[in-house]
Amino acid sequence: MSPAELRDRVAAFLAEHPPASTERSAFLHARYAAGLAWVHFPEGHGGLGVARGLQPMVEGLFAAAGAPDNNPRANGIGLGMVAPTLLGYASEEQRQRFLEPLWCGEEIWCQLFSEPGAGSDLAGLATRAVPDGDGWVVNGQKVWTSGAHNADFAILVARTDPDVPKHRGITYFLVDMHDPGVEVRPLRQITGEAEFNEVFLTDVRIPDAMRVGEVGDGWRVANGTLNNERVAIGGHAAPREGGMLGLVAASWREHPEQHTAELHDRLMRLYVEAEVARYTGQRLRQQLAVGQPGPAGSAMKLTFARLNQQLSGLDLEIRGEDGLRYESEPGWTMRRPEHVDFTGRDAVYRYLRAKGNSIEGGTSEILRNIVAERVLGLPAEPRVDKDVAWKEVPR
Amino acid sequence: MTQPLDRPLDRPVDEPVSSVAYDELELLDSDDDRDLRAAVAGFLGDRCPASEVAALYDGDRGMVEPLWRGLATELGLAGLLVPEQYAGAGATAREAAIVLEELGRSVAPVPFLTSAVVAATALAHAPTDAGRELLAELAAGRRTAALVVPLPTAFAWPVPLVGAATVRSVAGVLEADTLLVPVAAGTGIEVRAVAASEATLTPVVSLDMSRQLADVVVDPAAGTVVVAGDATSAIRAGLLAGTVLLASEQVGVAQQCLASTVGYLQERRQFGRIVGGFQALKHRLADLYTAVEGASAVARYAAAALAADPGAVEAEIAAHTAAAWCSEVAVLAAEEAVQLHGGIGMTWEHPTHLFLKRAKADQIALGLPGHHRARLGELVGLTV
Repeated sequence: MSPAELRDRVAAFLAEHPPASTERSAFLHARYAAGLAWVHFPEGHGGLGVARGLQPMVEGLFAAAGAPDNNPRANGIGLGMVAPTLLGYASEEQRQRFLEPLWCGEEIWCQLFSEPGAGSDLAGLATRAVPDGDGWVVNGQKVWTSGAHNADFAILVARTDPDVPKHRGITYFLVDMHDPGVEVRPLRQITGEAEFNEVFLTDVRIPDAMRVGEVGDGWRVANGTLNNERVAIGGHAAPREGGMLGLVAASWREHPEQHTAELHDRLMRLYVEAEVARYTGQRLRQQLAVGQPGPAGSAMKLTFARLNQQLSGLDLEIRGEDGLRYESEPGWTMRRPEHVDFTGRDAVYRYLRAKGNSIEGGTSEILRNIVAERVLGLPAEPRVDKDVAWKEVPR
Repeated sequence: MTQPLDRPLDRPVDEPVSSVAYDELELLDSDDDRDLRAAVAGFLGDRCPASEVAALYDGDRGMVEPLWRGLATELGLAGLLVPEQYAGAGATAREAAIVLEELGRSVAPVPFLTSAVVAATALAHAPTDAGRELLAELAAGRRTAALVVPLPTAFAWPVPLVGAATVRSVAGVLEADTLLVPVAAGTGIEVRAVAASEATLTPVVSLDMSRQLADVVVDPAAGTVVVAGDATSAIRAGLLAGTVLLASEQVGVAQQCLASTVGYLQERRQFGRIVGGFQALKHRLADLYTAVEGASAVARYAAAALAADPGAVEAEIAAHTAAAWCSEVAVLAAEEAVQLHGGIGMTWEHPTHLFLKRAKADQIALGLPGHHRARLGELVGLTV
């Protein structure tokens, strides 16, 4: 389908469902049914099977017509990571059940991956799923779970076979977060707020129909999710001076009393690097338009983390005295944010929040390993636990 | 608590609304690009061995003339950027970028950048009748030209004019038969074509002998006017194209340094291990890969923006961004290559030094990175 044909199809849809007089939920479901939700998804799953690169045009047409959106900020994990994983690995029944309410924003998702004892070494996870009748019983603890307090469902990796090496004994599940065995506790961050959580799983029952992929094949599925996560974090389209750079550039223009040659050259170095990252992202999206995200997205996320940290730090210096004041409400007082916003609130918040960018979604150290091993083909780290049954590994 | 990402830019640049969809510029090789790349790479693989490039430093320049002759005429690259109306191929900076990536990858000692890019672009901007004849000769590979400005001259600077004094450190003149000489004319500038044989050229023992410099003495009244009207904008256009495409050359240099270093570290063993498996080295290479990927994206963007509209402010913004980044990355890649090859990287025999010398000279050519950052700041409204 050509861009012009797609444009016509959006126009026809808008004529049939005028945004001004169509109820929001009905509009979103109709858009999904018409294949205009995520156009690169297959027909029958909210898409038309066209190039991924056409999606921004479609979003632009709907936005220009004043159409309601699916509030994507509230369901970033669902849209960015869960949906591509379901598309790539789930059964047809699972796709039919979950994709539409996910896209429409009616079911919010979170990710139960990291554990207190399994961070960078995610494959060492200890949450157990034990077969029980026609399903599984899950016990364990997860951590750093963004949005668990708002989520209806979760993607979960759990150990189903402790007697084989760690990568081979993991299975991937979908979990109902409203199960009585799921307990969510806020985990307060250095910003003062709690956007993420500890999640305790106690005798949580999961029907076997909620398993994604084969038993023991969860590591492969999880890697599909993680590749999408890194792209979702590092690969957004933005205009020049969008994002963190725009905020720092605005600070520079608003604080002429702080101008020195030294700050200026640092600003321009970061300006150049941010622009380079923007073009790298543009090219990465063109590559994605013809395939699935690969490990090259890890390099993009490395850059994104470093840039956000350096820019947000420079912002405080450019602001001088203003950089010392954390004045956005409610200050340090504990709160539960509606959603994550790397470029929101004030400069002190952004400086502190950016510290998480090189930890969440794979630490920068692990991402460098991934780039070196999977892109450049350098040897893997020696692994003492590689051929040892998970239960035999010291921890 | 949210900042909209699509707010209009708050900057004092009076940029007219462009019809070019810059965020949709294609940054990947097309099928035609891949064919062009394969042709150039194949040619250089046969005809530009590193051992002969190294011999340039020992005074043997025998490879230069046949190599350039072959690229210019057998592959027809001399006229790549010359418009079809002047008997050229009428291609754009996008295609020239492919050629320069490959030339950089081989540190090829040919005057493609100085003649086929800078001189041809300046001439094509507004040629006189004599300029049109010269363009056709350049396109056919029968003549080779060079703009007589010091190599560090950046396009955003005032154009230096040739007086009676020596013009130092000019690139491309030793391979040229025709010098394009900017001279003062009234309140403006004119460009005269002077036969190289009528000038005094003193070769310089150059940091980069694969782009050897010369000091030039030329009579500013000699030769024929080849650019019509005031030539300031023609010279700027030539240097702008040179800056954009130098970035692609730097990408080729950087990619080759990265590839050779990765290759070496996949084979070298110490402590009973492949040394590329040590995390300290892997992380350095991952960072270098990230920087080089960025260089290749920004250089391609700058070439595509120049091809889309050479007169737009966006072309200048992209040129300075690419120049600032790619010149630093090429030096970084070459310096990392020397270090990570260990002792072998310091030897004359190993080709890494050829890339280090080219990378460092390229960093100083057509404006230092700091100049490009400062000019970029002016263009986007961020000044001290």
